Amino acid sequence: MRILSLAGRRLAASLPSLLIILIGVFLLLQLAPGDTVDALLAQMGGGGDAATTAELRRFYGLDVSVPVQLGNYLWRLVRLDLGFSAIYGKPVSTVILERLPATLLLMSASLSFAFFFGLLFGVIAARRVNGWQDSVISTLGLLFYATPSFWFGLMAIVLFSVHLQWLPAGGMESIGEGFTGFTRVMDIASHFVLPTLTLGLIFLAIYLRIMRASMLEVLTLDFVRTARAKGLDETRIITRHVLRNAMLPMVTLIGLQAGTMLGGSVVVESVFSLPGLGRLAYEAVVQRDLNTLLGIVFISALLVIAVNFLVDLLYARLDPRIAREGS
Amino acid sequence: MSAILSIEGLTVGLPKGADRPHALSRVTLELRAGEILCVVGESGSGKSMTASAILRLLPPNVAIEAGRILFEGKDLAAATEAEMRAIRGAGIAMIFQEPMTALNPLRTIGDQIGEMFRIHTDLGRAETDKRALALLEDVHIPDPKLAMRAYPHELSGGQRQRAMIAMALALSPRVLIADEPTTALDVTTQAQILALIRDLQRRLGTAVLFITHDFGVVAEIADRVAVMQHGILVEQGEAAEVLQRPQHAYTQALIAAVPPLTAPPPRAFSSEAILRLEGVSKTYRNGGFFGRGKRVTRAVRDVSLVLPRGGTLGIVGESGSGKSTLARCIMHLVKPDAGVIRLGDTDLASLSPAQLRASAKRIQMVFQDPYGSLNPRRRAGELVAQGPMVHGMARGPAMARARELFALVGLDPAAIDRFPHEFSGGQRQRIGIARALALDPEVLVADEPVSALDVSVQAQVLKLLAELRARLGLSIVLITHDLRVAVQVCDLVAVMKDGEVVEHGPIGRVFEAPEHEYTRSLLASVPGRDFALAKGAAPLSRV
Repeated sequence: MRILSLAGRRLAASLPSLLIILIGVFLLLQLAPGDTVDALLAQMGGGGDAATTAELRRFYGLDVSVPVQLGNYLWRLVRLDLGFSAIYGKPVSTVILERLPATLLLMSASLSFAFFFGLLFGVIAARRVNGWQDSVISTLGLLFYATPSFWFGLMAIVLFSVHLQWLPAGGMESIGEGFTGFTRVMDIASHFVLPTLTLGLIFLAIYLRIMRASMLEVLTLDFVRTARAKGLDETRIITRHVLRNAMLPMVTLIGLQAGTMLGGSVVVESVFSLPGLGRLAYEAVVQRDLNTLLGIVFISALLVIAVNFLVDLLYARLDPRIAREGS
Repeated sequence: MSAILSIEGLTVGLPKGADRPHALSRVTLELRAGEILCVVGESGSGKSMTASAILRLLPPNVAIEAGRILFEGKDLAAATEAEMRAIRGAGIAMIFQEPMTALNPLRTIGDQIGEMFRIHTDLGRAETDKRALALLEDVHIPDPKLAMRAYPHELSGGQRQRAMIAMALALSPRVLIADEPTTALDVTTQAQILALIRDLQRRLGTAVLFITHDFGVVAEIADRVAVMQHGILVEQGEAAEVLQRPQHAYTQALIAAVPPLTAPPPRAFSSEAILRLEGVSKTYRNGGFFGRGKRVTRAVRDVSLVLPRGGTLGIVGESGSGKSTLARCIMHLVKPDAGVIRLGDTDLASLSPAQLRASAKRIQMVFQDPYGSLNPRRRAGELVAQGPMVHGMARGPAMARARELFALVGLDPAAIDRFPHEFSGGQRQRIGIARALALDPEVLVADEPVSALDVSVQAQVLKLLAELRARLGLSIVLITHDLRVAVQVCDLVAVMKDGEVVEHGPIGRVFEAPEHEYTRSLLASVPGRDFALAKGAAPLSRV
């Protein structure tokens, strides 16, 4: 019950931030020169007389003042209507739904990969602190952290797709093969291996450093000494007493970095030509597709809020002191 | 009686660059069946290191170099790690000083006690739970069933220490090592825990190695005493013998430093009030977002006290009694909800923020933790000179003043260029006092100024405060949890409980004829009370 009420409060508290994000982005985009109609006309080869332009502006609701446009937009949002994309010629929600699965898959795969291996390597490095294992892991971590992810992606394509031909170089699945069932799953999975690694490596490096540091800190705490005095062996001290305590900072970081990860997916989706939200956002900016862009911001904000919400729940589950503080 | 645990010529080396080559050197000690042996010493004496060495839980880079630790015929110094694990917890169990941090915050008490059975026995889950519950009942924890499911932060300090004891006794170990188990506790809780350890030890016949720095505690529970200094065992013997006729000079000095429990003759001070509290109240409200989780803590309730010019007012209470909040109200670090605080003729509440900052120099504070209260990145002299410089003094004269103050508090004036970590705890507290005096305050508020210090250093710092009071005509508010500290320097005392002053008056009267029930129980809980009283009445012949 405590956790549920905590969760409810967190959700309620995130509504104002969602509103502020939307209004901020809306106003920011007003500052950019040109609007959807300009971009549309440019796409059609330019020209168009004043009457047509005015007609189009009226059609897209761009002829009224900015506050009224904003009000209209928010009112439509309340009715879960994300509007109509002038560039794609379909409702924004349809456009986004087509692109969402790729991004969700990429994010969750990268996050799980970074979390699991960051945890594992962090624990190993902390257990063998200043040994050769620690040196190797820490050096690799620094390397991953310092290398730009697009370069990683490109090099991975060169090595694994071009030279070794083990994995596909891009796209979400093999088109025209007509795979179904399990074969299709494996096909998609093979397409996601390289993007996941590329996006996940930086986060892995961060998580492993955090995990190593917090493991080392927790290992010096009094209750670890108590556990030793009880006669526990080192493995059980780590798994039963240290791990959960040391994971807390890392879990916090995941929530904080959900947004960063979404940003990072723009680059990775471009490198591996994945049809995801990141690339859609980039195209929407270039084409002044205000409705689509706002839709993406809305959905991304929802995603980040959802991840943070899950992290809060997890945190309350991991640390009994949190749930109590709230109640 | 035969020895259960005997330590023979134990030498433990410290890493290179430490202040001495050996943490312990040739320590020979015997713990007999069914006795409580107190190992006494000040910080750095190697008493805790002895405990860690027995269980082979020494910090990295610290190793046993020579000697034997015989437990049930086995030499622990030479045992394998697996053999040691079988002994830890089952044969020799340990309880630690800080019950707050010695338990895993993320697991329930029942789970952590049950772990003892899971490690060392094959008992089933139901049986484990049953035994854990029985243990909690044994240590008289209130509502044992609830305590089983509670997390450490949901229990009070005393309850946590009871849970620790229950855990240590789970497998009926032959030897219990208690490393300062009551130091972090309030005096009444300390008395209860000491009684519990004594009672369990008698009932179960466990041999207890009790590590402490407090001769009061020794007088309370020890059968035999071993005194350590700089890693060397300087004296051991029957408790009564050592306490009454200490042989070694260090033991004599330690026992002489134990404060007597009788008040010194009253001093004369002015009848004019320098600080006057009238009906001061402070309530903490924990409102929060969306009006959730409202908690109301009435930290200080309607406190009226008077500090005469040149006098010393002791505010005594246990943790949570509101004494520190009251100190912050006096300093105007928190704003009281109601009541008036007058410094001389000025009502502090009526001042503007700028006037308040200007009047800050009239009342200064000395903090509890001499480690945490000095900025480690600044030189000691600068820390002292900072106050006068903020109030407009030029750097040159301010540093000269710092030098004078160093001499005044008994530090080498040349030391102003050193950093705080280059000083010992007692010296750092002197810097803290110098810093407070830098602005020539009329009132000094000292919040637990000696509770982080060793007994002998405590005595020196208290003596310094008394000297300064006489020399500079200071008026002092001394906040402490330790009645033995209050009785040494205070003229007046106020006893606080749950935010209220339950009794106040001249210290001699309050100590000799306490009127309130709570004051009486506080006095009765002072460890080694009879010893301290006897000592006050007939001072030991000093050598």
